[in-house]
Amino acid sequence: MIAALSAAEIGHYSLILGLALALIQSTLPLIGARIGDSRLMAVGGATALAAFAYVAIAFAALTIAYVGSDFSVKNVWENSHSAKPMLFKVTGVWGNHEGSMLLWVLILVLFGALVAAFGRNLPDTLRATVLAVQGWIASAFLLFVLVTSNPFARLDPAPLEGRDLNPILQDIGLAIHPPLLYLGYVGFSIAFSFAVAALIDGRIDAAWARWVRPWTLTAWMFLTAGIAMGSYWAYYELGWGGWWFWDPVENASFMPWLAGTALLHSAIVMEKRSALKIWTILLAILTFSLSLLGTFLVRSGVLTSVHAFASDPARGVFILTILTIFIGGALALFAWRAPGLRKGGLFAPISREGALVFNNLFLIAATATVFVGTLYPLVVEAVSGSKISVGAPFFELTFGPLMIPVLLAMPFGPLLAWKRGDLTAVAQRLTIALAAAVIAVIVTLVIAGASGVLAALGIGLGFWLIAGALVELAERIRLFRTPLSTSWSRLKGLPRSAFGVALGHAGIGMCVLGIVAVKSFETEVIETIAPGQTLKVAGFALRFDGTTPRTGPNYREDVSRFTVTWKGSREITLEPTRRFYQTRKSETTEAAIHTMIFSQVYLAIGDTRSDGAIVVRAYHKPLITLIWLGAVVMSLGGMVSLTDRRLRIGAPKRLRQRKGKHTQPAAAS
Amino acid sequence: MIWRLLIASLLFGLLVIGPAGAVEPDEVLADPVLEARARDLSAQLRCLVCQNQSIDNSDAPLAKDLRVLVRERLVAGDNDDQVRFFLVSRYGEFVLLKPRFSAGNLALWLTPLLVLFIGAFVLWRGRRQSVSAPGPTGLSDAEEKELAKLLEPRE
Repeated sequence: MIAALSAAEIGHYSLILGLALALIQSTLPLIGARIGDSRLMAVGGATALAAFAYVAIAFAALTIAYVGSDFSVKNVWENSHSAKPMLFKVTGVWGNHEGSMLLWVLILVLFGALVAAFGRNLPDTLRATVLAVQGWIASAFLLFVLVTSNPFARLDPAPLEGRDLNPILQDIGLAIHPPLLYLGYVGFSIAFSFAVAALIDGRIDAAWARWVRPWTLTAWMFLTAGIAMGSYWAYYELGWGGWWFWDPVENASFMPWLAGTALLHSAIVMEKRSALKIWTILLAILTFSLSLLGTFLVRSGVLTSVHAFASDPARGVFILTILTIFIGGALALFAWRAPGLRKGGLFAPISREGALVFNNLFLIAATATVFVGTLYPLVVEAVSGSKISVGAPFFELTFGPLMIPVLLAMPFGPLLAWKRGDLTAVAQRLTIALAAAVIAVIVTLVIAGASGVLAALGIGLGFWLIAGALVELAERIRLFRTPLSTSWSRLKGLPRSAFGVALGHAGIGMCVLGIVAVKSFETEVIETIAPGQTLKVAGFALRFDGTTPRTGPNYREDVSRFTVTWKGSREITLEPTRRFYQTRKSETTEAAIHTMIFSQVYLAIGDTRSDGAIVVRAYHKPLITLIWLGAVVMSLGGMVSLTDRRLRIGAPKRLRQRKGKHTQPAAAS
Repeated sequence: MIWRLLIASLLFGLLVIGPAGAVEPDEVLADPVLEARARDLSAQLRCLVCQNQSIDNSDAPLAKDLRVLVRERLVAGDNDDQVRFFLVSRYGEFVLLKPRFSAGNLALWLTPLLVLFIGAFVLWRGRRQSVSAPGPTGLSDAEEKELAKLLEPRE
């Protein structure tokens, strides 16, 4: 009991120790790197590991307070309840501002510790400088948590019962979405630290990109999965079947994703061809800056209104200060040092490099569009006081067209040769993909009629991307041009990164298919029906059997039972519910979803009338799961790439061995 | 209470605004063409009391009022622009989720193209420079002389 009571103090104290360690990590290794003292440089690794250990202790302490329902801790009292299921007691740790900020910092120091643990074969000075920069970020955010968002504050006297977690967060989504999202968001800090370290050192080579790429890929992979998970959570929780809202908060996580995707591609050019060095550094800085901006937007309350921010500015101003120092500092350093960096190899516009530059150009324009769209209302309000809205219709009109050229060009990229590519030859190889796309367009037109021209083109685009990704693999194993056994052995010999590229690009194609299909061919029925009546949606018959009350651990719910049949097939039961949470006096809807591999029947209910009739929203959503499956496939592609031999074992060592032989291309460029 | 919900929603990139809402059966117009127009219009109009939601997917009472209002105007024979103009004159530009293409909003609308063109221009200029300028490996005459001088004594 005494141990449980003092958990909060142990946590608080650990956090302070974590800050002290982070401050040492910020300074000594950097000094060591400047004066060439290897013992000072070695401090970086030790402090990074220790800081992680202490923040982990703090996090564990808060978790213990939640699990034990210690309502003398203010944060627990505000966000927990003794009757809450155990899963939500644990996930409730990060279901609030203070706790989620602690998770943010925990993941930040985790990445620092990973660099310390796995970066042993990095050059000593680079490693020390990277860890120091990582230490600056950790110090800033640990200070932020301790000064403005302490999760360990006590209440005296301790309340007997907690105020419960926001019901909408009492969902498995809370267990998955924030950790994945933060692993992505915060993971980009490594690329940032490497970029700043390169600028401080004034030196950058292909080995640098070789190190930055896997870290970027890791962050990108998690961010992709995190955003997709958030989208699915919103989809089933909000009750009207939307899956992306262009909400500022979503945009806050989408901007780092877009910039991170660009970074992923430019880092390839830098690693393979030593070109785009300066641009890659800038992208690494921008990507994490957008993560920081997202944190500011979400945490400061500035999104609600500029005035809300002004009325309670403590947290917002603190993050804004962090933001200004880090982004401003990094960009100033960039402006100062970047011109001194050696420019890399040349390439023709039609080449693999050219294709990747094309990708970057449009992705950055798209990022800028989301950036302006998200911040414009805030700027207008701050400057002129008038309020305007920038919502989904704006983004669909601007962001959409920017993506089309990138998507059209995507299958070409991996097939083009480095330095100078042959567009005609590549186009010839893509004939099969083009044929697949054309057939898809024709089939869609036949089914949907002339009104579905745009939809048909969109479906065609999806097939173009998926087939294009497969063609690339087929080309690399010379499928049907050599005996199958040769192709098979070539397939086994392919580097895993080749599969990563194919999966990543095919995943995008799947997303496109899902988005277009659900936008064009969704069926929606909104009706009031009485028990015993049947509703028809896209060939599905939904019979309403009645509503029964039920009691859950910390809520009551009304469960409406529907029997679903499709053309006389097997019966399926769907149970959309409405829940009432006593403590918070609030209500949630739980949509019932029936998944048929790619398509879904989505059922949500509204108010019940006194005669037992209810308002029903029923949707048939064709191919909708492809949107999230596509994201999963993309993430998987990232993971497969990460297991590439080149990244798994002794890459720097092999690089050193090969350096002697490889002076030729450098001289040529 | 609303503040708490907002905080929660702001935390995780979720729009957490109460239970399922939006169009109710009694609002739906009998004419499917008019109803489809009403839905399209509703998706472009902001629920003024919500966080970035359109009136088409909000269950706030005000959103319902606006949906009914839009349908009334459509039944009365307004075209889409007239409906939008009517709502803007009543509630201001804030009601439009897609801001008008006006002088004040130029920066918003032109950014995508501007970034694209500036980016393309920088690339084009960078390429021209790197093609025309001598490579960094080339030495100036003075440097060649210096090098020759340094190498001489050894021979």
